[in-house]
Amino acid sequence: MTAMNTFGRQRRSESPLTKGLRVLFRNPMALAGLAVIVLWSVVAILAPTIAPYDPLVQNISERLQPPSAKHLCGTDELGRDIFSRVLYGARISLPMGLIVVLFAMFLGGTVGALAGFIGGRFDDVVMRLADITLAFPSIVLALAIAAALGPSLKNLLIAMMAVWWPEYARMMRGQVLSVKNNDYIEACRAIGVPSGRTLWRHVVPNTGTPLLVKASLDAGSAILTVAALSFIGLGAVPPTPEWGAMISMGRTKFYQWWMMTFPGLAILTVVLGFNFLGDGLRDALDPRLRGE
Amino acid sequence: MGLSGHIIRRLLLVIPMLIGITLITFGVSRLVPSDPLVVIVGEKALDHPDIVEAATRKWGLDRPVHEQYLLYVWNLLHGDMGLSFKTKRPVAEELAQYLPATMELGFCSLVFALAVGLPLGIIAALKSGKWVDHMARLISLLGASSPPFWSGLVLLFLLYYVLQILPGPGRIDTRAMVPENITGLYLVDTLLRGDLEGFLDVVHHLILPSIILGSYTLAHVSRITRSSLLEVLQTDYVRTARSKGLPERSVILAHALRNAFIPTLTVIGLAFAGLMAGAIMTETVFAWPGIGRYAVEAAANLDYPAVMGTTLLIATIYIFVNLIVDILYGIVDPRIREGE
Repeated sequence: MTAMNTFGRQRRSESPLTKGLRVLFRNPMALAGLAVIVLWSVVAILAPTIAPYDPLVQNISERLQPPSAKHLCGTDELGRDIFSRVLYGARISLPMGLIVVLFAMFLGGTVGALAGFIGGRFDDVVMRLADITLAFPSIVLALAIAAALGPSLKNLLIAMMAVWWPEYARMMRGQVLSVKNNDYIEACRAIGVPSGRTLWRHVVPNTGTPLLVKASLDAGSAILTVAALSFIGLGAVPPTPEWGAMISMGRTKFYQWWMMTFPGLAILTVVLGFNFLGDGLRDALDPRLRGE
Repeated sequence: MGLSGHIIRRLLLVIPMLIGITLITFGVSRLVPSDPLVVIVGEKALDHPDIVEAATRKWGLDRPVHEQYLLYVWNLLHGDMGLSFKTKRPVAEELAQYLPATMELGFCSLVFALAVGLPLGIIAALKSGKWVDHMARLISLLGASSPPFWSGLVLLFLLYYVLQILPGPGRIDTRAMVPENITGLYLVDTLLRGDLEGFLDVVHHLILPSIILGSYTLAHVSRITRSSLLEVLQTDYVRTARSKGLPERSVILAHALRNAFIPTLTVIGLAFAGLMAGAIMTETVFAWPGIGRYAVEAAANLDYPAVMGTTLLIATIYIFVNLIVDILYGIVDPRIREGE
């Protein structure tokens, strides 16, 4: 690399990643998204310190109270403080969304990279499994698996992981296939670099960007899916302060509008944050979309 | 490869997919951490030896797993998805009863998504970087980010409960008579009966759920239309069209849009999956008697035959919608056929 720098015209310009990040940080919407995610992460970490009440403690004498100075977001039908429950909810939704997406990215990415690199029978079997899984709309299959396993956050997590990896596998496989035939990979093989090392050191680093963008866009929908399945009773079970489950409690109580409003706003802001960031990341890392 | 070759190839690809989805639903129904008999006849029926014996024979539970699978597919091919635990009626029959409501809602929300999403995407591309573009992006991001079960409740609260300008949940007014079942599509049935008042009532009930269900698709359609139109506007043939002095209007309409719509077409196919998935949430909130709500109620009651039946139906519909999109894609863009 350094040898090439002696040629004036070949001087190494800014790497695509650094350039992408620079573009990203000039995008106000992406920055706003990042700020919202950071804020919610802080809330999730500090919830026990900043929440004014215990999210599980019932206080029947103060049930169904509208928002006031004492209860910022009002109370639910068991007299629990909704503000505190919303803060605690971040401790479920954020980690669940992130775990699903990270797991899908690593499992799908690894499987896809191996399928693309090794090819042959492994490729056939794994990619057919991915195709078939993708034949189901993800929430539908997740619903079926979660129902089969029984309602709990752990089973919901398993169900979501089982249905989210194939898109990453397919994407990574395509990436690896396109990089695999480059001259520098050929060169690795020629000088006898072991194929495992070639894959991890030379192929994968050149394929990761689209997966990263997809993961940032998917984090929002993973959080939405957790909330959606909890809303219909397949994820969090009472009294867990999960946002979707909280909305479900308030759905028939139009008089007590605060019961569903605040958890909903929490989901909306987190998901919007991830989508703003993901959208900005995609624009920043994919120059074709920048219109340059 | 000719067009008929393309279509035949696509049709043949459907068969392994159908086999694959039955393998998955069969596998998932075996995930249930209890006796498969519980999955088939329900916990309560276990005390009745005659029921247990009949089910064991019918589903081959005393035989090896691969034979059980073949029996499962054999029963499916005869339209037998088992009995719902809750209603004791055949799942296939119930799905047939609930499907029209979902179809009607899905169709209306697709119309809404296209009617708003396409123009929004086109304007955003033509005014790229201007405030209209930013607004369009904001609208589509909001559409993709709001939980449908929540935004549905919020709109119901505002427009039905507070302002009272739109009707509440359900397909028709609770006091109205359910239209005679001809197609199961209320819009069609009321018109066939010449019931204009009933038709308008149905339309009113469709507005809110269609907006909620369609907003995610709208976001998708407008984003793809924008980016593919932007890409097409930079191509040589658009530049040629401009340089030979064609009015901008015909450059956009005759040259650019035609080609920009090709990627949008695929998205509409994928959007259908979104609609089916969204139907699960939207139908629950709007008490819409379709297969989405059926699946949710079944899941809540751990009514496994009904859950697996709905899952299988939705996946099958999804595969066929993608088949149609693929075929259309080959018709619109001959390069796809050539590439095979």
